[in-house]
Amino acid sequence: MQLLDCDVEEPNDHIFLRPVITGSEAVCIPIPEVDEKKCTYRGKCAEACAYHAIAVFPKNVLVFPQLCHGCGACSYLCPEKAINEVRREIGVVEWGQADGVEFAHGRLNVGEAMPTPVIRKVKAKANRDGIVIVDVSPGTSCPVVESIKDSDFCLLVTEPTPFGLHDLILAVETVKELGVPCGVVINRAGVGDKKVERYCLKEGIPILLTIPLDTEIARLNSRGIALVEGMPQWKGSFIDLFDWIREIVNERSGCLKR
Amino acid sequence: MKEVVVLSGKGGTGKTSIAGSFAALAKSKVLVDCDVDAADLHLLLQPAIREKHKFWSGHVAFIDKEKCTQCGLCQEQCRFAAIKDSNVDDTSCEGCGFCFHICPAEAIAMKENMAGHWFISDTRYGPLVHARLGIAQENSGKLVALVRQEARKMAEKQGADYIISDGPPGIGCPVISSLSGANLALLVTEPTLSGIHDLERVLGVCHHFGVPALVCINKYDINKDNTRQIEKFCLGQGTEVAAKIPFDNTVTKAMVAGLPVVEYSRNGVSHQIEALWELVSKSLTN
Repeated sequence: MQLLDCDVEEPNDHIFLRPVITGSEAVCIPIPEVDEKKCTYRGKCAEACAYHAIAVFPKNVLVFPQLCHGCGACSYLCPEKAINEVRREIGVVEWGQADGVEFAHGRLNVGEAMPTPVIRKVKAKANRDGIVIVDVSPGTSCPVVESIKDSDFCLLVTEPTPFGLHDLILAVETVKELGVPCGVVINRAGVGDKKVERYCLKEGIPILLTIPLDTEIARLNSRGIALVEGMPQWKGSFIDLFDWIREIVNERSGCLKR
Repeated sequence: MKEVVVLSGKGGTGKTSIAGSFAALAKSKVLVDCDVDAADLHLLLQPAIREKHKFWSGHVAFIDKEKCTQCGLCQEQCRFAAIKDSNVDDTSCEGCGFCFHICPAEAIAMKENMAGHWFISDTRYGPLVHARLGIAQENSGKLVALVRQEARKMAEKQGADYIISDGPPGIGCPVISSLSGANLALLVTEPTLSGIHDLERVLGVCHHFGVPALVCINKYDINKDNTRQIEKFCLGQGTEVAAKIPFDNTVTKAMVAGLPVVEYSRNGVSHQIEALWELVSKSLTN
């Protein structure tokens, strides 16, 4: 079993699992470094750069590292071969063990804008032959897509409130776009309304588990204690949840004949 | 005109409930929802859409199969693994145009990408600028910059005193985009170990970009030890804890009713949020 925390902007899984970290690696993206001895200031690089990360003036060249996506077009297209790529660190990936669970997470450096290269590095740690659980950031844009891509199943955790429902609908649209089957966990049930359940019923999305609003659960969560550890009576429900997901995945891969 | 952005790092801490209440409390303001991925502020403000605009953003590579010779150079050079067997995966393509520049058969075109919509709406509290990024789209930072710019224009035109901005979660590109040049960030956190961890990082982003910050501890009574830890941390950082709001189901009930909590109820939580707005508006004027 492996857990990959792909919420690299705000990784939190280590707080609950307390893993022993055994290794780490910086995440770098290649950015251009211009050799002005070779540069003839023709501006091919600036023309090619879609992110305006390089500007060419009659007698000098300016690189804006924060804007560079590391695509490599400038160095490849430079007619004078005057551009070398150097590594710029934007984050780190760490890995280790937590009670028999293989663990890895990524951390985007504070002030950096691009989480996806860090997410890619975390996902590169995936053990493709085993079971991999990926924890994903909120939202529906590039970091979420990068994290969900190539998964066999996506578990959507929501609340039975108007905000919960609105964001759930967006999340369902996202996983549909990516062709990943999904199921729902309703957290903090008891306040709010019934509209999340109604929506799931209408869309044929299974509600796999319901967790009530309970101050004891909230207190455990605040101390970084997983529900099944603090309240072992929940273990059975979580094992059932896991088995149910496995059934859905197996059925689907059976009918797809992968 | 002064701009406050409500941020949290972690999702689901109560940002939007607080921003929505500020919308009801502030006298002369323009509202902007910078959480363009999963905007929720409209659920409290019930806007009537006045203008709807397309958001064109970046480009996506398109391969003309008639011209393509299947040489594989594009696939080999693409750093984002977006091309496989002469097909472009739109969700992976970052629109850099490297493939377009190097294709020997000139079979690749860069097509402009419609990445969502943005809106100017009327609410009973004033104008709201908001947006909807398309599913699985990139460039949310650019869309955030756009809605802020529109909100600023409108605030200048109306001579509004405040721009109240509901920010996105995280610390990456949309957050940086919502923060740069704002007058104040209000960081809403919870007294959980995850909340503390995330607060430290988002406060780091505020420091990095030189934006002053205030902290609001939501549901502070869930764990008072952690609340004290946050207060100690903030003291060390020279950041003021502007409010401690207790856990209260009224916030959720107000959400179900589609109202800012200060309008829904006159109980304790509403008083605390009113006091918080007093402090925030005072910080903005000083």
